[in-house]
Formats: sequence, structure tokens, C-alpha cells
Amino acid sequence: MIPSIRQSRFTQFIRSGYLMYFFIFLFLPLSIVAVFSFNDAPYPLPPWKGFTWDWFFANGAGERAGLFFDREILDSLINSSKVALGVTFFSVLVGTGNAFLLERFRFRGQQLLSQMMLIPLVIPGVILGISILSLMSKLAQFADDVFGWELDFLRPGLFLVALGQFSYIVAIATLTISARLKRLDMSLEEAAMNLGANKRAIFLTITLPYLKPAIWGAVLMSFLLSFENFNTTYMLAGSDAPLTVLMYGRMKEGATPVVNAISLMMMLLSGVIAMTLYFGGRKKT
Amino acid sequence: MMKTNNSPVLLWVLLAPAVIWLSMLIIFPHLEMLFLSLQTRAGPQAFHFSLKQYQTFIDEPLYWHTFLRTALMSLSATVITLVLTFPVAWYIAKIAAGRSKLFLMTVIVLPFWVSEMVRTLGWMILLRSNGVIPQVLYRLGLTDHPVDLLYSDGTVMLGLVYSSLLFMLIPLVNALETLDNSLVEAAYDLGGSRLNILRQILIPHAAPGIAAGCIMVFMLTLGNYLTPVLLGGKNSMWFTEQIYTQFITRFNWEQGAALAFILLGLSSCFVWLGLKLSGQSFDEVMRRS
Repeated sequence: MIPSIRQSRFTQFIRSGYLMYFFIFLFLPLSIVAVFSFNDAPYPLPPWKGFTWDWFFANGAGERAGLFFDREILDSLINSSKVALGVTFFSVLVGTGNAFLLERFRFRGQQLLSQMMLIPLVIPGVILGISILSLMSKLAQFADDVFGWELDFLRPGLFLVALGQFSYIVAIATLTISARLKRLDMSLEEAAMNLGANKRAIFLTITLPYLKPAIWGAVLMSFLLSFENFNTTYMLAGSDAPLTVLMYGRMKEGATPVVNAISLMMMLLSGVIAMTLYFGGRKKT
Repeated sequence: MMKTNNSPVLLWVLLAPAVIWLSMLIIFPHLEMLFLSLQTRAGPQAFHFSLKQYQTFIDEPLYWHTFLRTALMSLSATVITLVLTFPVAWYIAKIAAGRSKLFLMTVIVLPFWVSEMVRTLGWMILLRSNGVIPQVLYRLGLTDHPVDLLYSDGTVMLGLVYSSLLFMLIPLVNALETLDNSLVEAAYDLGGSRLNILRQILIPHAAPGIAAGCIMVFMLTLGNYLTPVLLGGKNSMWFTEQIYTQFITRFNWEQGAALAFILLGLSSCFVWLGLKLSGQSFDEVMRRS
């Protein structure tokens, strides 16, 4: 109950106990993953056999190959980064365009368009993946049948993975950026115009600087979402496995603590991104 | 006004990517899938229109059992998540003040920035028969052999609830924050019991938040793949797994597309129902979460 209503000691005790368990529950799996990435044993399981950096730095000469010397992992990291960079660039670019489209124009069907842009967020990732797979295969087949073209990029692979991720990440970028654009006081832009500034100058000196935090927020969020995506990626991945697909394969087989080591790196990445968004966001508002 | 002052050329330049995105990556792929799902193979390279794929779904117990199971488990996961998070949401919205509220929110959000894969790995290490929890129970003498906690329905449920907590918590906190404390005080002074206050004041006030949270959680759980497959193993019987099997393993795209449409149908119905019941618009809910 609210603070102004007196509580018995007992209720307060139960309440703090519950909160404590809730937090333990939240952080238990993550801390376990982190701890076992340093276990000096071939499996990330108890008993604890002592501390080692092997799963990060062992050079593969002995029985162990650490994360930084595991060819497969490094390749998949490169694949994921390529996809994430592409997806981030286009999501933020198109997302910014969409934000202006929704907030700075009036046209017929705008309401419908703005609703349509939310739809990718309510379609399960697996279905987004296979629907794009179906259409692109159809297009590739068509190009082959009619023109004799081999459009290999429309077959499962990194390009399709990027398309699949883009299809919903751009919706999130649009939401983030248009939420900020909506709050920009239009009289600022009007004042600048009355003072003789042209549109380009207004855009560069007022609108863009104002949008900057949201754009950076969208960049970080898009990158992380793309990097961590599994559902859509799994349906569209070809022979070059992105990181999450590789990890999934290894986890199913029963992996070495190398998977924990990658996980720890991913946790650090997301921690840094989350903190940047959080502190960056707080400073600006 | 600026709004009407922008040039039509610019409008088209901005409209083009949006239209290409929505048509090529959302609308046409789903139309293609609909088309696929309405076809039956009549011979090599020969297909004709029929509802057979949907008929198979009804005739084949494996499909509709899995479907029903997925739906029921998602529903239970939604209810459990709601019950578990409500007290925490209440604490954050009403009892924690200022700084500590901000701190709590940040801390709670943190694990959800981490990939679902990593969180699932954690549960696997914790629950596997030679994992942390069974070993601890065994050493303490609570079980006479290390019990395998992985690969059961309970584990899948645990994983689903765990990955849903945040999506329920945020709309709940937002909804409860706007509740006027004096309403609760008044009810209390007038002799309302705690249960009555909960039922007649808190829940009606939080209804939009509850609806938004339930919609998000149900949708995400229904479409989840990783958690049920990794934590449930061979017994997971999750519907998205069936879709994957049809599409990728068996290469039976027509059947897979039909199953995908059935899942999409359930998911959309639930979203629609949730919105109707709570009288909210789609935009509001999405922007809340």
C-alpha cells in the first residue's frame, strides 16, 4: 500500500523479501554465465575448477582455443558486424525520413501509413523471416526463369538477414526519432524563417542538432537489436553464420565455456550501450 | 505553417523508401505467404489452389495439439508474469521515491538489453542435471540424486516468464504512476479492505497498462523460438518450431506458410481483443511499450 498508510512490520518484511528475490531472479542467469566463462574446465558447469583466462585468450595450440583465437567465432563476429552496420545505417536513415514524413507533412493516407509502420512490431520474428524468405525466393526464381539471371543475394545469406532485421528495426528507429521531432517547438523554425534563414540552414542549425540525441539513440539501439537478433536471422541465414546462429548451434551441442566468454563480451557491449543511452538521454532532457 | 510549406518533391523523396519498405518487406512477403498456403502440390512443379494445407492442420493432431499447447502456455505465462510483476510495479510506482525509483528502473531494464541467447544459456547452466541448482540441492541432501530440471514444461514456463518481465513491468509502472494516492487513502479511511481496494481501485485504474503489458507479453511469448526450444529440448512442442521444421527442414513451404498464418491469426486476434477490451488505440499501446 502507499506510504501514508501504516504498514505492519511483517508486511514490510515480506515486501522487501519479495523485491530481493525478484532482483536475484533477474540477475542470477547473467551472473552465472559470467562466472563460468572463467571456469578451468571443458564445460561451463560446476564443479568450479579454478580461474582461467583460457576461454578468452588460449591460442588454440593446446586443446583449448579462446574466443579471440577461434576462427569460426571471429568470422561470425565479422558477419554480424557487417549486417549490424548496414542495418543500422539504413534503419536510421529511413527512420529519420519517416519521422519527417509523419511529423512535417500532411497528406492523404498519412494516418494509415503511420499505423502501417507499427505493424512489423506485432509480427513474430520467425514469421517476418519466413515471409521475406518466401518472397525473395520467388523473385529469384522469377529472375532466373524469365531473364536467366542468377540473383544469389536473394537466396538465404547475409543480405537476406539484413533485410529481415531492417524490416522491423526501421520501425523502432522511426518511433524513436519521430517521438523527439514531435516535441520540437515549431515556432523556433518559424522564427528562424522570419529572420531570413533558408530551409537548408534551418534544418542544419535547428532541426538536426535537436534531433541528434534521438538519432544517436536510434543508432545504438538498432546496432544492438541487429547484433542480438536471433528469430528472424535464423530463418534467413545461409552458410555464413552470424554470431547468434553460431552460438545457438554450439549451445545445442553442449558448448565449451567459450560460449560464456562471447556472452560476457555481449553483456559488456549491451551494458555500455544501455548506459550510454541512459546517461545520454538524461543529460539532454 | 511549415507543415504545408514543404515541397511535394521532398514528400515523394521521403515517401519512396517508406513505401518500398512496407510493400517489399511486409505486405508482399505476407501476400506471397498467403498465396503459398493456399496451394497444394499436384505433381513435380505443378501446384493448384486448395485449402488442403489448412485441412491438414485440423486433421493432424500433432499440429493442433502443438498450437493449442503453445497458446495455453503463452496465456499462462502472461498471467504469471502479470501476477509476479504487479507488486514490483506497485513498489516502483508508489513506494520508491525520486532517485531510488530511477535506480530501480535502470537496474531492472539492464538484463533485458542482453541477448535472449545469453539469458537462456544462464538458465541452462543453472538447471541442467549437472548444473548449478541440481548440484546444490544434491549436496545439501535435499534430493538423493541430481535431478534434471531442464527439458520440462516448468522450465519452459520459467524461461518465458523471465524473458517477459520487463514488457509487463514498464506499462504497469506507467499506469500506476498516474493513480492519485488520495483515492487509495480515502478508500482505506472508509474501511475498504485491501482486497477491495485492489479490485475496485487499483485494477480498474491500471487496466490500460495491464492490457498493454498482456498484449506485448502474449505476442512475444507466442512468437518465441529460442527459449522453448533450448529449455524444452525435444519435448518443447512449440508452434514456431513446427513452422521452422516445415520451412527449413522439410522444405514444405506450403504447409509452413499455412501454419505461419494460423499463428499470425491468433496473435492478431489477441492484440485486437486486448485493444477492444481496454478501449485503446494501437498507436497508444505501441508507444507505451
